[in-house]
Amino acid sequence: METAVFIVCALIVLAGAIGVVMSRNPVHAALSLVATLFGIAVLFLNLGAQLLAVVQVIVYTGAIVVLILFVLMLLGVDEDEDLDAEPIVGQRILAVLVGLLLAGAVLAVIILGKDAAVTGAHSATEAISPSIANIVQIGRQLFTTYVFPLELTAGLLTIAVVGAVVLSRRPKDLQPIPEPESMTELGDDPLTTIPEEAAH
Amino acid sequence: MIAAVTSLGAATVSGDPLLAGHIDLAIVLIVILKVVVIFALMLVATMLMIWFERKVVSDLQNRVGPNTAGPFGILQTLADGIKFFFKEDLKPARAQMRVFILAPFLTVVPAFLLFTIVPFGGDFSNGHDGSVELFGHTTYLQLADPAIGILFALALSSIAVYGVMLAGWSSGSKYPLLSSVRASAQMVSYEAALGLSVCSVVLVSGTLSTHGIVMAQAGAGWAGFIPHWNLVAAGVLPFVVFLLASQAELNRPPFDLVEAEQELVGGYHTEYSSIRFALFFVAEFMNSVTMAAIIVTLFLGGPAGPALIGPGWLWGVIWFLLKVLAFLFLFVWIRSSVPRVRYDQLMDLGWKVLIPMSLGWFLLLATYYVARDQHWNGLITIVIGGAIGLTGYGLLRFAIATSRAKRLQGVVE
Repeated sequence: METAVFIVCALIVLAGAIGVVMSRNPVHAALSLVATLFGIAVLFLNLGAQLLAVVQVIVYTGAIVVLILFVLMLLGVDEDEDLDAEPIVGQRILAVLVGLLLAGAVLAVIILGKDAAVTGAHSATEAISPSIANIVQIGRQLFTTYVFPLELTAGLLTIAVVGAVVLSRRPKDLQPIPEPESMTELGDDPLTTIPEEAAH
Repeated sequence: MIAAVTSLGAATVSGDPLLAGHIDLAIVLIVILKVVVIFALMLVATMLMIWFERKVVSDLQNRVGPNTAGPFGILQTLADGIKFFFKEDLKPARAQMRVFILAPFLTVVPAFLLFTIVPFGGDFSNGHDGSVELFGHTTYLQLADPAIGILFALALSSIAVYGVMLAGWSSGSKYPLLSSVRASAQMVSYEAALGLSVCSVVLVSGTLSTHGIVMAQAGAGWAGFIPHWNLVAAGVLPFVVFLLASQAELNRPPFDLVEAEQELVGGYHTEYSSIRFALFFVAEFMNSVTMAAIIVTLFLGGPAGPALIGPGWLWGVIWFLLKVLAFLFLFVWIRSSVPRVRYDQLMDLGWKVLIPMSLGWFLLLATYYVARDQHWNGLITIVIGGAIGLTGYGLLRFAIATSRAKRLQGVVE
């Protein structure tokens, strides 16, 4: 049962990941990302990490990708991209090489480690206490053992928010940034354009 | 307090006693039966809710409302639904077809799933734990009781944004796009207030499981008649915040800027027709019903209540339905009485009032519980905590006022 769920989820995760890279339309790419994140959430559930699963959905799919989509729509940059254009020369080959290296490393760990690496257990260390809900365990660990990193992270996030506010407050005497040519050309055209296949 | 959390935490690992032991075919069939019953109930409830809303709004506006199909026009929704099936399914030329087709389902599926965690019956009187006997198996009258409980509802409400957002974007039309931009900003903003007021409930109940939250509110209550509802136990404030935020999350008036007809034609579903539009419509009303059920679960003890005569589990269902009905009436009443807010008022209410208030209240409640654990003087702790909270809120107001003054002076943009 667990294996079946894993295989289905792994397929969804991989299909989503490929979709993120291969989609011409940024919105379709963002939606593929949602599929990937969902698959990972179900994988967490499969491992008994219920809190992580739900946090994955609330934070990543519910907030971060929504914000990505929000920006895409607000700026109207949702036009199809030319996938053949390579912003950095040779990035494709490099990406393939690094990906193969990573896959090789993972495979090497599994093959060389044999039983030590693949135990079949939910995690190598198991839950701290199997009888207590993992929400309680995570909460207690966060606010006792890891309270200092937790507070540091909170401070970091506060600094980031303050920084964003400061950066977004422009002084009045600053010259406005001229609009790029491509946007003024469009004139009164709607923000979305007719996709070729639907235009006829 | 920590001991209490631990014991409740241990209870939430197992959840529904039905799934605690060995799972055989009978148990699978019981779960499937529950799924089918809840699915049918949700459809009927949505149908009746649409009729109820139209009828009550008509009454409040001195109109008759639907009165032709069936007694009191109760079958009007059914007639509308059948009509929707036979309408032409228009596909706009500028639409992004795949996303356009996907969007209604992204709205309707979370609406169905949301009800799975709501306990809608069971005997909670006289110390019973709300379980019922079903074909010789002990179970709860709710489809699922996961340990993450109410977080599941928050996760689904954050997914529900997608349907609205993608519907507006994929239509390839200006008004739906504006509507979906409004919707995503509004729903993401009010999720924060919603989540923070749920935090207070979770703190008071000591568990995330919806069944556990109802259990914590059951019992004879203070002085024998004031029920242990979180409405009282968590203070009235989280309830008020949750009620307001839920209306905004549902895009119901007075927060229905997403489909403000005067400004946006029909909002995100302007370009939708036929059964695709019907799906949005059904999801909207289904969400109203489910949100009322969740408010009842969180703040009014769900199905908990005294069993008068007859079987206890039936009284659970009766109390639950009565409470939900009261809230549905309140929703409709608000809708027909309060004019729509402006967009800046909406954002001000969300970010500058509801979020700071619910956060401050949550901190105050936490202070109270720490004081109780540590045997500090409760009154002094609350006074000091309240003073700190008020000072913080004062500073926030001061910062807002200063920034507004600077904006008016023209120092910053």
